[in-house]
Amino acid sequence: MIELKAVSKKFNHTHAVNEVSFKVNEAETLVLLGTSGCGKTTTLKMINRLITPDAGEIYIGGEAIANQDGDALRKKIGYVMQHIGLFPHYTIAENIAVVPKLLKWPKAKIEERIHGLMEKLHLPAHTLNMLPNQLSGGQQQRVGLARALVADPAVLLMDEPFGALDNVTRTSIQQEFKALDELKRKTIVMVTHDVQEAFELADRICLMDKGKVVQLGTPKELLYQPVNDFAKKFLAGQQLTLEFKITKLSDIWSFLPNAAAAEEKSEVADVSVWEAMELLRSTGKDRLLAVDEHGKIKALSFEQLTKGFNQYQNLQAHG
Amino acid sequence: MGEQQQTLWQFMSGQSDKLFTQTLQHVGLTFISLLLAIAVGLPLGILIARKRKLSGLVLGIAGVLQTIPSIALLGFMIPVLGIGAKPAIVALLIYALLPIIRNTYTGITGIDEYVKEAAKAMGMSASQILFKVELPLAMPVILAGIRTATVINVGVATLASFIAAGGLGEFIFGGISLNNTNMILAGAIPAALLAIILDLLLSVIQKMDFKRLRRAVYILPVLILILGGFYILPSAYGSSLTAGFTPEFMGRQDGDLGLKSAYGLKIHTIVISDAVMYKAAFSKELDVISGYSTDGRLKAFDLRILKDDKGIFPPYYAAPIVRESALQQFPQLEATLNLLANKITDSAMTDLNYRTDYLHQSPERVAKDFLISQGLYKASRNGNRGTVRIGSKIFGEQYILAEMYSMLIKGNTDYNVSTKTGLGGTKICFDALTNDQIDLYPEYTGTGLLVLLQPDQQVAKAMAHDKDKTYQYVYGEFKKKFNIKWLKPIGFNNSYALMMRDKQSKALNINTITDLKKYLDQN
Ligand SMILES: Nc1ncnc2c1ncn2[C@@H]1O[C@H](COP(=O)(O)OP(=O)(O)O)[C@@H](O)[C@H]1O
Ligand SMILES: [Mg+2]
Repeated sequence: MIELKAVSKKFNHTHAVNEVSFKVNEAETLVLLGTSGCGKTTTLKMINRLITPDAGEIYIGGEAIANQDGDALRKKIGYVMQHIGLFPHYTIAENIAVVPKLLKWPKAKIEERIHGLMEKLHLPAHTLNMLPNQLSGGQQQRVGLARALVADPAVLLMDEPFGALDNVTRTSIQQEFKALDELKRKTIVMVTHDVQEAFELADRICLMDKGKVVQLGTPKELLYQPVNDFAKKFLAGQQLTLEFKITKLSDIWSFLPNAAAAEEKSEVADVSVWEAMELLRSTGKDRLLAVDEHGKIKALSFEQLTKGFNQYQNLQAHG
Repeated sequence: MGEQQQTLWQFMSGQSDKLFTQTLQHVGLTFISLLLAIAVGLPLGILIARKRKLSGLVLGIAGVLQTIPSIALLGFMIPVLGIGAKPAIVALLIYALLPIIRNTYTGITGIDEYVKEAAKAMGMSASQILFKVELPLAMPVILAGIRTATVINVGVATLASFIAAGGLGEFIFGGISLNNTNMILAGAIPAALLAIILDLLLSVIQKMDFKRLRRAVYILPVLILILGGFYILPSAYGSSLTAGFTPEFMGRQDGDLGLKSAYGLKIHTIVISDAVMYKAAFSKELDVISGYSTDGRLKAFDLRILKDDKGIFPPYYAAPIVRESALQQFPQLEATLNLLANKITDSAMTDLNYRTDYLHQSPERVAKDFLISQGLYKASRNGNRGTVRIGSKIFGEQYILAEMYSMLIKGNTDYNVSTKTGLGGTKICFDALTNDQIDLYPEYTGTGLLVLLQPDQQVAKAMAHDKDKTYQYVYGEFKKKFNIKWLKPIGFNNSYALMMRDKQSKALNINTITDLKKYLDQN
C-alpha cells in the first residue's frame, strides 16, 4: 500500500533521513520507533508531502506521490499530530468537519458522519459546539483522531498521537484505539519513541537510529532476534513486559488448566498475557475465564498465567 | 458682546449646523482613510509574514512615514494632489498604515506553528490556510492595529482643516486663532468623544470570542464603508471663483463676516491653513485668498492685493509688547527695543519675508543683514545679567523680528536672550506672556484690539480703522488689564488683505474688492 524506496532528507547539514526503505501492507500498522531526533517525524511527513524528499521515491497504492497534487494528496490521508493542532477558532464540530467541507460533502452527510464518530470515540455530543480549549487533553486528542478519520481515508499517519497525554488517559485511549473497527481496515504508519506503545499497537515495527532503519520486523522478531547491539539495548530492561505483550493466551493455551462449565462471562483467547494480567488487576478478581473458538473454557489466575507462560517459554527455548 | 460670555452650549447650538457637518466630515475622513489603509496594509502585512526578509524594510518605511510631522506631510501632498479631501485622505492613510501592517504581520507570525501545519496536513491550499486559519486567528491582533489606527486618525483628521478638507479642526484651529475658547471646545470635545467612543467600540469587538468575532468581522467593513460615506465635501454655494480663507479669517468681523456684510460678497469658500493657502492660489486651486499684506509669498507667488475700498480691514501695526515686570527687571530693555521703531516699511517687510519664506534664508541672516544695513548691528556682548525671553508666533515675519530683537539686546545690553519661537497662534503667545513664560513678543494693533481685547462692537467700529486711535486704545487697555506695555510701532502695517494671482486679476480687470463682487454677481 505504501512503499518508500531509498528516501533521504537533509536539513542544512543534518542527515535527518538517510536512504530509508520500507513497505507497509494494506490494513497493516507499522510503527516507526526510535529515540527523539532519529528522523521519524521527517519520514512520516514525507509520506503526505508536508516535507519533500531530497532523494528516493514514495508510492501510495502503486502511484508515485511526487507527481500528485500535494493538497489533493493530503485530503486523502488522515494525519494525527502530537501537538494535536486543533483550530482554536473552530468549534469541535467545525474542527472535525474541515476535510469534508474541503471535499464539499453535503451538509447532512457531514453531520451524520460527525455524530457517528463522536459516539465511536466516546466524545459527548454536548461538546460539539464548544471550542477546543474547553476540552480536556484526552478529549482534544480524540477530536484530533476524529478529524483525521472523518473522510475515511485508506491511509492514516500518526505522529506520537498519545504523547501529550498523562499515563492513565494514554492507557485507556490506547485500548479504545485498538478496539476501533474503523482502524482495522486502515493502513497506518505511527510514530512513537515508547517501546511499550509500539509493542502494544504494531503489526510490524521499524526501528530507526540516526536517520537509518536499524531493523524492520514483527515485535516478536525484534524481541527474539535483534540484529545488533543497538536493537538489543533499545529493548533492554523491558524484556518481560514486552514478552507478556506479544504472547497471546492462545499461545499458552495448552499449558492452562481446564475449567468447569462457564458460570460467568468469559474472555476470548485472543488477548495477550499482559492484557489478561491487566484485567485480573483491574477487576480485582482472583480468577478469570477464557474461551477459545471451539468453546473450550480455561480458568486463569496470576499463578496459572505465569506458570503457563514459563512452560511455553521453556518450550520455545528448547523445542 | 464678547463671545466669551456665551456659554459653550449656546455656541454649540448656535453653530449646530456647522458642528454637525464638521463631525460627519471628521468621521468620514477617518473611515475612508482607514478603509484604504486596511486595503493597503493588510495585504502588505500578509506579504511580509510570507516573505519575512521584506519585513524589516516594509515596517521601516511605514515607521519613517509615520514620523513625518503631520503638517509637513500635508504640505508635501499639495503639489501632487492639490488641496481638499484627496491629500488629507492620503496623509491619514499613511499614518494609519504602520499599526495595520505591523499587527497583521505579528498576528500571523504569532500563530501556533502546529495549527498552521495541521491546516496544511488537512489538505488546505495556501489561500484556504490564509482565509480560514491565519486571518481569523490573527484577527484580534489585527483589530487591535485597526483600533490604534482609528484613534490616530481621529486625532490627525483635525489637521485636515489646514488643507480645506473640513472636519472638527475648523473649529479647533479657528478657535485658537480667534482666542475663542467656546469654539475650540466645540471642536475638541466632539473630537475627543469620537476617539473615546470608537476606541471603546473596537475594544469590545477585539475582545469577542472567536465565534462572535467571525460575525462581527463581516459587519465591520460594511460599517466602515457607511461611516466613510459620511464625508460630504464641504460645499457652500457654487461660484465662478473659489476663495480659500483661514479659519481665523472665517470667524472675524474684520474678515469673512465683514466681507459679507459690507461688500455683500458671495463666493464659494473653503477653509484652509495659512501654511498652504498661497501655494494653492499659485497652483490655481484657489482664486482669492485672505493673506497678509506684508507676506513674502505675495512676491514669491506673484499675487496682488485687492484694494479694500470700503475699509473693512483695520490696521495691524506691529510693535513689541512687553510685561511691565520685565521692563522693571531689565531697565535698558525698552530703549533697546525701541531702536527698531519706525525702521521697517511695508515693502521692506515684504522683502524680508520673501527672503525667508521663499529664498529660504535663515531668519537670523535676514535679521542681521537688515540691522547692518540700518547701522544698528553690534556684536554680542555676551552679557550675563539675566535672560530676556522673547516669543514669536509661528510664521516667518515673527521669527525675523524675534531675531532682530535678540541681536539688539545682545549687542546693546549685558542681558542674555532666550527665544521661544513658533508659539502656535495669538492665544498661545499671549497666554505665554501673561503667564510669565516669555517677556515679550511682537504683536499687531488690530489683533490686540479685536482678538485680545474684544471690545464692544460700537467701540471697535469707532476706532478700528484709525491707526493712532487703535494704538492709543490698546496701549491704555493692556496696561490697565494685563500690566503689559505696547512699545513704539515698528513701522509696517501687516493687515488682512484679499489677494488674487496678478495675471488673473488683470485679465478679469479686478482691482478692488468691489470689482470682485461685481464680477461674481455677473458670472
Ligand atoms: N525543519 C527542520 N529544519 C532543520 N532541521 C530539522 C527540521 N526538522 C527536523 N530537523 C532535524 O532533523 C532531525 C530529525 O528530526 P525529526 O524527524 O523531527 O526526528 P524525530 O521525529 O525522530 O524526533 C533532527 O536532528 C532535527 O533536529
Ligand atoms: Mg518527532
